[in-house]
Amino acid sequence: MARIGDILNGLGAKRFGLSFIALVLILGLVFWLRPNVASYNGLRLLLNLSPVLVFTALAQMFIMTAGDIDLGIGTFVGLVDCIVAGLLNDQPALALLMLIACPLAYGLMGALIHWRQLPSIVVTLGASFVWLGLALMVLPLPGGTVPATMTGLVRLHPPFVPMPIVLAVIPMVIVHLILNKMSYGVVLRGLGGSLAAVERAGRSTLKARMILYVMAGVCGLCAGLCLAATTTTGDANVGRGLTLVSIGAVIIGGGEFVGGIVSPIGTVFGALIMQLSGSLLSFASVPPAWQYSIQGAILLVILALRVITGRRRVA
Amino acid sequence: MNKLEPGRLLAQPWFYATAGAILVWLVILTYSGGAGGGAVISAALNYSIFFAVVGLGQMIVMASGAGNIDLSVPANITLAAYLSTGQMEGANAGLVTGVAAGLGSGLAIGAANAFLIIVFRIPPMVATLASGLVLESLTFVYSRISVAKPAPLLAEFTTGQFFGLPYVTLAALLASIGLIYVLRRSIFGRSLFACGQNTTAAWLSGVEVVRTRVAAYVLCGMVTALAGVLFAGFVGGPSLNMGSEFLLSSIAVVVIGGTNVAGGQASVVGTWSASLFLFLLLSMLNVFQVGPGLRNVITGVLIIAVLALNRTNRMQQV
Repeated sequence: MARIGDILNGLGAKRFGLSFIALVLILGLVFWLRPNVASYNGLRLLLNLSPVLVFTALAQMFIMTAGDIDLGIGTFVGLVDCIVAGLLNDQPALALLMLIACPLAYGLMGALIHWRQLPSIVVTLGASFVWLGLALMVLPLPGGTVPATMTGLVRLHPPFVPMPIVLAVIPMVIVHLILNKMSYGVVLRGLGGSLAAVERAGRSTLKARMILYVMAGVCGLCAGLCLAATTTTGDANVGRGLTLVSIGAVIIGGGEFVGGIVSPIGTVFGALIMQLSGSLLSFASVPPAWQYSIQGAILLVILALRVITGRRRVA
Repeated sequence: MNKLEPGRLLAQPWFYATAGAILVWLVILTYSGGAGGGAVISAALNYSIFFAVVGLGQMIVMASGAGNIDLSVPANITLAAYLSTGQMEGANAGLVTGVAAGLGSGLAIGAANAFLIIVFRIPPMVATLASGLVLESLTFVYSRISVAKPAPLLAEFTTGQFFGLPYVTLAALLASIGLIYVLRRSIFGRSLFACGQNTTAAWLSGVEVVRTRVAAYVLCGMVTALAGVLFAGFVGGPSLNMGSEFLLSSIAVVVIGGTNVAGGQASVVGTWSASLFLFLLLSMLNVFQVGPGLRNVITGVLIIAVLALNRTNRMQQV
């Protein structure tokens, strides 16, 4: 037993524990209301769109690691979606070039924020207009076509574990290893924790912030690719709602706004909670009008619980 | 006021937004060959007042300290618009109860936000996001059981003009002058900035920190609700997504206007200028018949450019 406890501690279970309990609870309720869902195909369909939210939340988490907030990630995901649906079939070279440029643009945005010491919340807000505008230029009206190889990829049937869960676990493990196991991860988290400490340790804070932003861009890129592959269409406005949900996912997962305190595992749990709470409410035949309300209430209850369990001592 | 020398002028938080607005206006004027300059200003004032008023509410919350922000603004606007016009039902008799209902809901929303943030210590961004979701449900339910139509007097007030200046703009300008005075001279204004600069230091020096923060959120809630009521009159009735465009713009006008997102400082003039700047910018791009895609790109790039030029927005180096 002691060893299991050690392993949990090593993973930072104290931070994501509450989100794990909430996820199990919600999943239990879903299974109880709809026993059919508790199967390979049931889960596959239920979590159809969850990879999009998982990747978007991880992108947001990288930005929040730096102590920043990204109000443009949703429209960025929409831009990737539009590039895939609008260009990839007809002009593959241009589309690939643009897709590669997307995360790099994020890195440049991070550099600008760092260099001019700008508030990230407004720079990313301004950038959201840029992403939306570019998406509209690439694909003025919703539609387009997504290459069959991509749609086939998300429809893979791996043995035993449905694809959406594979697409949740793999990024979770990779990001956990990068942030919590690699030695450079300390520098990345340190950026949000104490900029001065990182600087005095002789590390470039500019480089660290750019790396965090590029990684956020890569996650946003993956989210957009999953979105295009799942919906098989492009729509410039499709991603807008993702931004605020992604912030919610990071916070539910044990992350904090102060920077440096995030949990990749908790963030993925948080994303799944946000995704499942919608399904749960429709399974429980809650009228659509009240679904937003209850989603908001779930968010508030989880956060209020964190205060009661006494983990948040920072005012 | 001190004398404004060129160097000092550049250092004013509101300088870049104001300069931007004037520049864009001059471009429009040049393009149209000098005709209709007054009409453009009049239209800009009539339309951007709603963004300015919501921005002023957001500004008060943002000035109360780093991380303070109100994301329930769109839901607040929509709910207040429905509640007030639902009381009016298109008749002047319901005007007073309607406006009171709108303001009351704004007060309740602000108080609820403050409660969540201060008592439960939920980060403002998430607390107001969640309360916004709850409000959206309430609005949706109420919109189906009410006849929401603004009173003729309200519509008249929001669209009518007095020598080219819309009534509603005049009223908002007067209120803004009052707000400048309150922020600079009153105990509330001083406490607000003190909290924004350093909450602990403010508390140690005897500032009523909790009361000030609650007041900031309640004031923002009421101002936003009022904008919602007026906007419903302006566009001839509420709609469920009428608030959505205010979310990002309310933050943008505050920060472009030179208010520091880290708190402790605010600029009423800047917020007004930034609202005018954004509206004139959109008019200019419309005049030039720029497509929606490029229009968004230009807007975004300019928001970032104004921000990068403006010195007051720098985050403090730790």
